[in-house]
Amino acid sequence: MNETMIGATALMKALEKEGVKEVFGLPGGANLPMYDELGKSNIRHILVRHEQSAAHMADGFGRVSRKPGVCFATSGPGATNLLTGIATAQADSAPMVAVTGQVPVAMIGKDAFQESDIIGMANPALKYSYQPRTPEEIPTMVKQGFYIAETGRPGPVLLDIPKDVQQNEANIPFPDEVRVPGYHPWTDPDMQNTARAVELLLSAQKPIILAGGGVIISSAFAELQSIAELLMIPVVTTFKGKGAFPENHPLSLGPIGMHGHAEANKLMTEADCVLAIGTRFSDRSVGTFEEFEKNLKIIHMDVDPAEIGKNQTTSVAVVGDVRTSLRIFGKLLMDKAVRPSDDNPWLKHVKETKQYWRENLKLHPGEMGAAKILRKLRELLPKESIVTTEVGQHQMWASLFFDAIHPGTFFSSTGLGTMGWGFPAAIGAKTARPDVPVVDIAGDGSFNMTEHSLATAVLEDLPVIVFLINNYSLGMVAQWQRTFYDRRMVGVDLKKCPDYVKLAESYGAQGIRAQSMDELEKAIKDGLNSDVATVIDIPIDPEEDVLPFVAPGTGLKDMILPS
Amino acid sequence: MVWAILSIKVENKPGILFKVTHLFRSRNFNIDSISVGVTEDKKYSRMTITTIGDEKQITQIVKQLDKMIDTIEVRRLDVNNSVYRELVMFKIKVSKPEDSMEINKLASAYSAKTHDAKKESIIVEMTATPHQISAFEELAKKFGIKEMARTGITALEREEHEH
Repeated sequence: MNETMIGATALMKALEKEGVKEVFGLPGGANLPMYDELGKSNIRHILVRHEQSAAHMADGFGRVSRKPGVCFATSGPGATNLLTGIATAQADSAPMVAVTGQVPVAMIGKDAFQESDIIGMANPALKYSYQPRTPEEIPTMVKQGFYIAETGRPGPVLLDIPKDVQQNEANIPFPDEVRVPGYHPWTDPDMQNTARAVELLLSAQKPIILAGGGVIISSAFAELQSIAELLMIPVVTTFKGKGAFPENHPLSLGPIGMHGHAEANKLMTEADCVLAIGTRFSDRSVGTFEEFEKNLKIIHMDVDPAEIGKNQTTSVAVVGDVRTSLRIFGKLLMDKAVRPSDDNPWLKHVKETKQYWRENLKLHPGEMGAAKILRKLRELLPKESIVTTEVGQHQMWASLFFDAIHPGTFFSSTGLGTMGWGFPAAIGAKTARPDVPVVDIAGDGSFNMTEHSLATAVLEDLPVIVFLINNYSLGMVAQWQRTFYDRRMVGVDLKKCPDYVKLAESYGAQGIRAQSMDELEKAIKDGLNSDVATVIDIPIDPEEDVLPFVAPGTGLKDMILPS
Repeated sequence: MVWAILSIKVENKPGILFKVTHLFRSRNFNIDSISVGVTEDKKYSRMTITTIGDEKQITQIVKQLDKMIDTIEVRRLDVNNSVYRELVMFKIKVSKPEDSMEINKLASAYSAKTHDAKKESIIVEMTATPHQISAFEELAKKFGIKEMARTGITALEREEHEH
């Protein structure tokens, strides 16, 4: 069906057809026609104070809703400000559609005011990009863009629309279906390989399941849990896979990796066969590649064929959507599986190891130690609450001491490691799920990077909680300087600046300082009951380290434990 | 380390060469040679890229290329079952009158053509395998090679069987 309208109207209509209800953005010269039409549409605009935050909000929205979040920015610096957010979404396979204004077609390449070659700059961080040269192309590109962003291994798509293409009128087609010839998001899992995977797992003496972010992306929670329970196989996750399996489950060992749980790292290195689901074997999860695959048979399930054999040598690979693969795997198991008895030596060992480390991991002695405050948060937070984190020590403490129980409720910038991601992502998450509490577990260094988003949270009535674990320090860098650089502390002291209670209040948010467990309990409750955003400032000991710790370039077995 | 010829059919649209070469750069792979042109169907272009790496690297680059949305088909050609050639031009120095004749003789031994024969130089054009080109280059060195330009390999795989 064709309709006569300008390109910007076609953009809004195409977005509405994709079910878009909100966009996160900031207007400027080159996207004014879009904003003019946005104002006339039914789409809610959520104004940010910096485009990076718009991208992170769209990312948070996308991860929670599993539909692409949409962000708008103008050309030039508006577009380049999105870059960190786009790269973050790409690294963590999050669906996103970014729409930028561009200088008019005739001005492209003339070094015009606020011109940047954003397609060229963003290329390696994008799943795909479009630059329509006529208004007629816009709806098709939007439809293809959404299809690409949300299918297969999700990722960010960029639409860079020159200003005249937004303004010009044309008779514009709106396709109901689109084809993308070179794009094959799904492969059907190979039955023979799946059967071989079943045989291999059943023949293992010390099997373990490693669940990655792919389990969350494809919502394979029930399938994973039924296989783990049927075979009584312990489950570790990657950090991105945290929340793929309930962490209060008896078979759950928590995340492995640089700051994985001691029991998870220990048992991972002892296993003889791993069923790895939806993971790319990042160095942060597995340590050195050669060390990890020693004496270990790897069954790898992933939607992306390029992940097979990229970092680890696999014994059997099953390519396809992991939920579908797990369903088939589960069916094949039904005929053959024998549930191990309670005196199975591996299971006994797993149980003992878990119990030992849960009881004996030495924690910080102070009242406001990281483990204590995060366990308090878990205790008071409803299970279905969504949690995001920033990047640094607080993030790794969250990985260690905050159990994700409800499936798919824990999100973090795990791949790119973008400080400043958690707070705007929490706002995006709250937009997608206004019915549940959303908490950003933050550190002060990260929060500084996007704290301007308090304005968005307050003005757009998105009352998220910032759980600010504050050591007035770039704590993770400080820990590395203490550990690897003989305590030569450089550029890590944030010198008690700013005052986060006053900062929150200056934006019209609630600011609460919690210096004792009682104060913390009250603050969390106040935050949960508040209809404005809350910053809970929790001063902690700046010398507290994150432990266990697998030093970079070493294997999981070389984990450093608290002395 | 092995030498691989990759034949990549892509949509004939602007910006795709950039994306393909960018992929090699960002994944830390090397392009040994590259040639690009339209196919029998003008909607598509074919890129022929040669690269050197271990088996694991080459498998990985094929998978990464395959994953690209703009690539329609990515094939690693069987080097022993493909016709692959490269076009090269040499501008060879002529120092004394008899050089000219010798260069012509050498060229015809390699089924190469000569162009623009001048007092100071001759341009030799040949289509050959990289191996033959290197051999010619060695022999031409004694005259002095003023300039050389190569197109990079282009290739097609032989049909499987005659029926």
